[in-house]
Amino acid sequence: MYLNQFLIFSAILFCIGVYGVLVRKNGVLVLMSIELILNAVNINLVAFGTFHGQAAGQVFALFVIAVAAAEVGVGLAIVLLIYRNRRSIDVSEADLLKG
Amino acid sequence: MIASLLEIGLAQTQELSSVGFDLVNVFFGLIAVVAIAAALKMVSTANVVHAALYLLVVLSSVAAVYVLLGAEFAAATQVLVYLGAIMVLMLFGVMLTRAKIGKETDLDYEHRWVGVLVGILMFAVMGYSLIEEFGDQKIPNDNYAPIQTEAVANEIFSTYIVPFEALSVLLLAALIGAVVVARKD
Repeated sequence: MYLNQFLIFSAILFCIGVYGVLVRKNGVLVLMSIELILNAVNINLVAFGTFHGQAAGQVFALFVIAVAAAEVGVGLAIVLLIYRNRRSIDVSEADLLKG
Repeated sequence: MIASLLEIGLAQTQELSSVGFDLVNVFFGLIAVVAIAAALKMVSTANVVHAALYLLVVLSSVAAVYVLLGAEFAAATQVLVYLGAIMVLMLFGVMLTRAKIGKETDLDYEHRWVGVLVGILMFAVMGYSLIEEFGDQKIPNDNYAPIQTEAVANEIFSTYIVPFEALSVLLLAALIGAVVVARKD
């Protein structure tokens, strides 16, 4: 198998995730798109690990999974806080810092 | 006995990866099509719960790709952490923010074409540079044999011990942070 088929597959998933982050207004949907992006990166890491025949690629993928778990926990806490304060998780309405 | 079973399995995988080479490609194609279709539905559906379920399909496809690449431990962790824990968290988020069951109208910005443009431009740049750099490089056939979990553990607890400890501190900080942010005063 070519190395590129995995890399391009992950590039497609990455771009779909970026589209989701840019276009979605709902806070939870933005978090889901970020998960998609992190998964695309993980495919790259594992594919290169297999390409070089080393376990290091898998180790980095595991680190990314752990960081993603922490990110989702804090992210959802922030979304819940926004919902509690404003009764809506529309991220386009959370613009208090806008000049 | 388990060790001998593992060896038989390893030998069979190696045989498979040389004989059933096209079969692996077919499976990869199937998984890729399912994953990309589900991802596209995820970013375009008008129902938040459906989006979470489409994300579930994408995450399981990614776990299947890990298995194809011989990264068994990463695949198992993907299923446990992503499909098990993170998806439950996401569905809790959907539930606690009282998303409507059914279609919602105001989920996307009006100017969708900006997102489409950025996505296509990024893919063009990445695709061009990937093809230019790795155009005809193949993954060596021997490398498809599963990487033993023992090797992964050895790497984590020797070369990458400092990042591993930092990660545990990060998880603790995230745990405390989430509780502090979300609690009611």
